[in-house]
Amino acid sequence: MKCQKCSKPATFHITELTGGKPQELHLCEDHAREYLTSSSESGEPDGPVSMAAVLAQQMAQQMVVGRTAEELSQLDKQSCPVCGMTFYEFRSHGRLGCPHDYVCFQQQLDPLIMNIHGKNEHVGKSPRRCSTGSANRTELIRLRREMKGAIDKEDYERASELRDKIKQTESEQ
Amino acid sequence: MKLDDLAQKNGEWLRGGGPEADIVISSRIRLARNLADFPFVSRATARDRTQIEQAIRQCTLDIVAEGDLLYVNVEQIEGVDRQFLVERHLISREHAESQGARAVAIDPREKFSLMINEEDHLRIQVMQSGLNLESVWEQINRIDDIIEEKVTYAFHERLGYLTACPTNVGTGMRVSVMLHLPALVITRQIDKVFRSLQKISLAVRGLYGEGSQATGDFYQISNQVTLGNSEQELIQQIGNIVPEIIDYERQARQFLVKESRENLHDQVSRAYGILRTARTISSEETMHLLSSVRMGVNLGLIDDLDIPAINDMFIHTQPAHLQKLSGAELNTADRDIERAEYLRRHLN
Repeated sequence: MKCQKCSKPATFHITELTGGKPQELHLCEDHAREYLTSSSESGEPDGPVSMAAVLAQQMAQQMVVGRTAEELSQLDKQSCPVCGMTFYEFRSHGRLGCPHDYVCFQQQLDPLIMNIHGKNEHVGKSPRRCSTGSANRTELIRLRREMKGAIDKEDYERASELRDKIKQTESEQ
Repeated sequence: MKLDDLAQKNGEWLRGGGPEADIVISSRIRLARNLADFPFVSRATARDRTQIEQAIRQCTLDIVAEGDLLYVNVEQIEGVDRQFLVERHLISREHAESQGARAVAIDPREKFSLMINEEDHLRIQVMQSGLNLESVWEQINRIDDIIEEKVTYAFHERLGYLTACPTNVGTGMRVSVMLHLPALVITRQIDKVFRSLQKISLAVRGLYGEGSQATGDFYQISNQVTLGNSEQELIQQIGNIVPEIIDYERQARQFLVKESRENLHDQVSRAYGILRTARTISSEETMHLLSSVRMGVNLGLIDDLDIPAINDMFIHTQPAHLQKLSGAELNTADRDIERAEYLRRHLN
C-alpha cells in the first residue's frame, strides 16, 4: 500500500479517533511524523486544555501507530477479568473500569502513562494502612459482578454461594 | 445548615486575604481517590454507587469534630442548585451534569469540599485565599489521612493511587492557583506567558476549570503531570513559577501606570461607571468590567471599594447565584436586568 500523500510505501497505519468518525490513514514514515507532530500542535495552543482531549490524542498517536487493523481488533477485544471492560471501551472513552485494569492492560498502558507523565514510578505519599491490601480487595469487584450475573441468569443457588463468599471476604479485611 | 444559607455569603477563599491577594485569588489542591473494592465510577452499577456513597459519607463524619458538614445529594437537587455549586467551585461541571447517586460534602466556610462519585469515587479539594499552597497541602493531607483510616484506597506499589483516568494516576493531585492578570492581557503579553508554562507541562485554564474560557482575566495555573513527582515537588513547581507570573503582572501594571495613566484611569472609571448605572447587563460584560475595576482598586485608582466586595460580585452575578439570591427562576433577559440591579445596589 502506498502512502496517501506520496508514492513511498505506507508503513504507518493510523486510525484517528479524535474526530466524529474513525478515520484511517496510511502514511509513509515522513508523512506520519509530520501528521502526528501537526496534530499534537493543532487546536488552540493557548486555549483551555481538556485532559480527555490530551489523553485521546496520546492514545491515537501511540496505540495505533504501526499496528495493522487486525492486531488492533485483537487488542480491542481483550477484557479485564475483574470488571469485564474491554480495551476498546477504554480506548473509546479514556476511562478505566476498575483498579485491576492497570494490571491487566499494563503492557498497553505503560507507554501511554510514560507519554503523559514522562515517568512511570510513583514517588510521594502512600496509604499508611493496607498499602499492599489494595490488590486483594479487587477480588470483591469480581465476586459482586459474578453474583449479579448469577442473579440475572436466575441461578440463585450460585448467587447465594457468592453472597456468602463476598461477606466472608469483606469481613477478612 | 442549608444550601440556601451559602448563597447569602461567600467562601473563605474569596475573602481577598492571604499572600499576594491582589493578584492571586486562591490556592487549591485536589486529590483523586478510589476505593479498592469497587469498580471505577463509569463502570459501577447503581448499587455500587450507592454503597460507595454510603462508605465515604460515613468517613466525612470524622473530618469535622462537630460534624456540621453540609451534605448535599447532588442527584436529588434541582438544576439551578447544581449550577450554583459549580459557580461556587464546590463541585465540577462534570459532577453537576452526570447521572446516578452522587454527593458533595461541604465545609460551612467552604474551605474544603468532597465530591463523591465524580470521575473518581472521591475528589477532595481544599481552597484558600491568596498564595498559600503549603497550608492547603497540610489540610488536605490531614483530611486524606482521616478518610484513609476507614477505607482501603486503590493503590499500586509502582503506580501509586489508581484513578479512573491515567492522567491522574500517581499522586492523584492537581495543584491550582487562580490568578487575576488583566495587565498582561492589556499589554498582550499573556500568550507569551502561557507558551512558556506549557513548555514546562503546566496547564492554563479559565475561571471554571477544564474547558472554560478565561473570563474576567482569571487564569488557573495547574500541574498536568501527577506521576513521578512527590506532592511536595508538585507544589514547589507551581510555587516557584507563580511568583514569576505575579512579577510580570506587576511590571505590566506599572508600565501601564507610567506610560498611559490617563488611558488606564479612563478605562477603569468607565468600567465602574457602566457597572453602577447599567439597567441590563450580561454576565460576560460584567466579568470584563469587574476585572478593570478590580485592577483599578489595586492600583489606587478607585478608593471607595475593597477587593473582597469585588470578589463577591464576580461570583454573585453568575446566573444561578442571581436566581438563588432573588429567589426566582429567571430567563436570560430577566437575569441581565436582575444582574444590573444587583450591581447598582452594591456599587452605589
